[in-house]
Amino acid sequence: MTPNLHLWLIPVLLLIGATINGFFGRRFSRQTVSAIALGFSGAGFAMALWIAAQFSSLIVPHVETLAPWIRVGDFQVDFAFYLDPLSLVMLLVVTGVGFLIHIYSVGYMWEEGGFYRFFSYINLFMFFMLTLVLASNYLLMFIGWEGVGLASYLLIGFWFTKDSAASAGKKAFIVNRIGDFGFLIALFLLIKHFGSLNFAQVFESVAPLSPEIAGAGLLTSIALLLMVGAAGKSAQLPLYVWLPDAMEGPTPVSALIHAATMVTAGVYMVSRSHVIFERAPMALSVVAIIGTLTALFAATIGVCQTDIKKVLAYSTISQLGYMFMACGVAAFSAGIFHLMTHAFFKGLLFLAAGSVIHAVGGEQDMRRMGGLRHHIPWTFWTMTAATFAIAGFPPFAGFFSKDEILWRVYSSPYGSWVYWLLGVFTAFLTSFYMFRLWFLTFFGEYRGEAQGHGDDHMHVVGGLQPGASTSHGSEHGHGGIHESPKIMLVPLVILAVLSVCGGWVGSARFDKFLSPALHNAVPASGSGQAVPLEEQKEQGDTETLLTGISVLAAASGLFLAWFLYQRRPQLPQEIAQALGGFYQTVLHKYYVDELYAAFFVKPLIDGSTRLLWHGVDRDMIDATLDNSAEGANHVSDAMRHMQSGNLRSYAGWIAAGAAVVIAYMIWMGTQ
Amino acid sequence: MVPLSYYLVLSGILFACGVTGFLIKRNIITIFMSIELMLNGVNLSFVAFAAQWHALRGQIFVFFVMIVAAAEAAVGLGIIIAVYRTRETLNVDRVNLLKL
Repeated sequence: MTPNLHLWLIPVLLLIGATINGFFGRRFSRQTVSAIALGFSGAGFAMALWIAAQFSSLIVPHVETLAPWIRVGDFQVDFAFYLDPLSLVMLLVVTGVGFLIHIYSVGYMWEEGGFYRFFSYINLFMFFMLTLVLASNYLLMFIGWEGVGLASYLLIGFWFTKDSAASAGKKAFIVNRIGDFGFLIALFLLIKHFGSLNFAQVFESVAPLSPEIAGAGLLTSIALLLMVGAAGKSAQLPLYVWLPDAMEGPTPVSALIHAATMVTAGVYMVSRSHVIFERAPMALSVVAIIGTLTALFAATIGVCQTDIKKVLAYSTISQLGYMFMACGVAAFSAGIFHLMTHAFFKGLLFLAAGSVIHAVGGEQDMRRMGGLRHHIPWTFWTMTAATFAIAGFPPFAGFFSKDEILWRVYSSPYGSWVYWLLGVFTAFLTSFYMFRLWFLTFFGEYRGEAQGHGDDHMHVVGGLQPGASTSHGSEHGHGGIHESPKIMLVPLVILAVLSVCGGWVGSARFDKFLSPALHNAVPASGSGQAVPLEEQKEQGDTETLLTGISVLAAASGLFLAWFLYQRRPQLPQEIAQALGGFYQTVLHKYYVDELYAAFFVKPLIDGSTRLLWHGVDRDMIDATLDNSAEGANHVSDAMRHMQSGNLRSYAGWIAAGAAVVIAYMIWMGTQ
Repeated sequence: MVPLSYYLVLSGILFACGVTGFLIKRNIITIFMSIELMLNGVNLSFVAFAAQWHALRGQIFVFFVMIVAAAEAAVGLGIIIAVYRTRETLNVDRVNLLKL
């Protein structure tokens, strides 16, 4: 008899918070709104901790059915929740990091219009995200999947009077639709061939199947379609374009949704479906290749960005690429490990960036920052921890997870040294652009406008967003550069501690913890099990060597950034000029947005305009209606003259009619 | 015995006269008389057929027509007087207030 943990309560708590604030928040004071939001998300976190405490005594997977949902013949889907080590990790990350970001948001959003709206949305997001990670079947997961997309849309477009924010929200939503289309078809295939969407049943039916080594089959198609969904949600090539634009949302949103939790849903989903992926080696290679290319591609773009949030956005895409790289070589636990550490340090980076933006009054361009370390020491030190973590310096969290991924892509039977090489190069780039950000922001001279004139500048920024949704900048313009309030610093410090220590648990222990959820049911082939001792030692040597190389890559990134942005600040411009066209290409993000605009968006808009709007709607549907109305008008206008009021003309009509009738009858008679 | 067709031709001529008069005349009294002419044209064909087929129904019909015609004449003449009183004319072309 397993205890009933009431798993359903966790998401529902957040839903209650969202509902109360959403419906009544307008009338509440800011204190009440934040108390409600923090109360419910804190309760969710507390409950997650309580579950974690009891976890060791549970039989995994622990499934709780709340209520039946769809029952058609043998096919059934319930409101059921699934707890295993994988969902527990996700549960803790989502509620924990989510709660910290809630606290931070109270400080960050305090001066903003729509305070209650923000907290209602962000609680709603947590509700859907928790539904996603706790669902025990693909359909309920899909509900959460769509729900987080909705919440993301609402929050990206939070300052909806700003045109760029509104279109960024739309872009995110539409690009995600493409991915969801793939996900949905994968679900249909699952229903058709396995007659169920419950994780337990699907995996049970898939487990006995042998891997589709030669060629592609059902499992490969399902896996690839799931990957399409994951690529949309987790911003992988070629669907990553929405994430950089999503930075239009408030910074806590970027931290929570577009760095720590929602975008990792794809990684979670792929790991959850590992049974399918492991039996589709071709799909695995596709995942790995997409992950590797995305990691490299996004990192190169990140090098040239000047907007502090955009750098972090591309960095997020790149780090997600690492996670998919790990999933693609069937090292799911490494991917989830990186997901967790990434949630800590990337969440922290965004929050710290928000604190920086807050400090300099809404400025996001790093070229106009600099020398901030004396002004905002807390932000500086926490951001330093996060920067070292993402760059992969030991003993920070990122080192352990990234190193594990790099080692796995090299050593796994699905892996290859090519992935490793590109991965290390990406690690070098990561370290370079992160330290570039670090140096540009915190070192050197302050390049922004003089503090005395700060207010003018702030008003310009604020002027872009009229109405209730005044910009952050205009509200915080007072008093020059200043450290953020304590309520924002506390989450920074906690996350900084996690960024430093989060990796100490060690990948091996983490792997062991996750193994009940991610155990490899495929008969072992190649390395992994029963490796002779000598070989293990040899492997150990290789691993140490590779670790050394990746740390070296991180260190050289740091050195290069220091050299270019500290020692010789003129050099970057000279290099940029020397590279010319290539630099321009990278600066414009490889013209991918323009390419998509030319190949997909423009034909679509043109096609809709010319064919559907002008052709079908205007020239066919509207024209039919208009012409028939017009015709009726003309005909009746002509007929109107029959009604002359002239008695004799009426009589004439009658006589003519009678003549016609008689003629007809005579004609009939002669037939 | 006069053949049936003679009667029918006469009846047709009478009816045609009535129609023509109805259409071309403007005086409302003349129009009214044309209507009577058409009715009687029809009546003639009724009685001609009744005599031909030795069926009484046609003759009974003629009585009905005559009674209705008498009633119609009474009502119609009343209307004509009323029209003359208000419009001071018997020209139907000038009684056209209902025109669009």
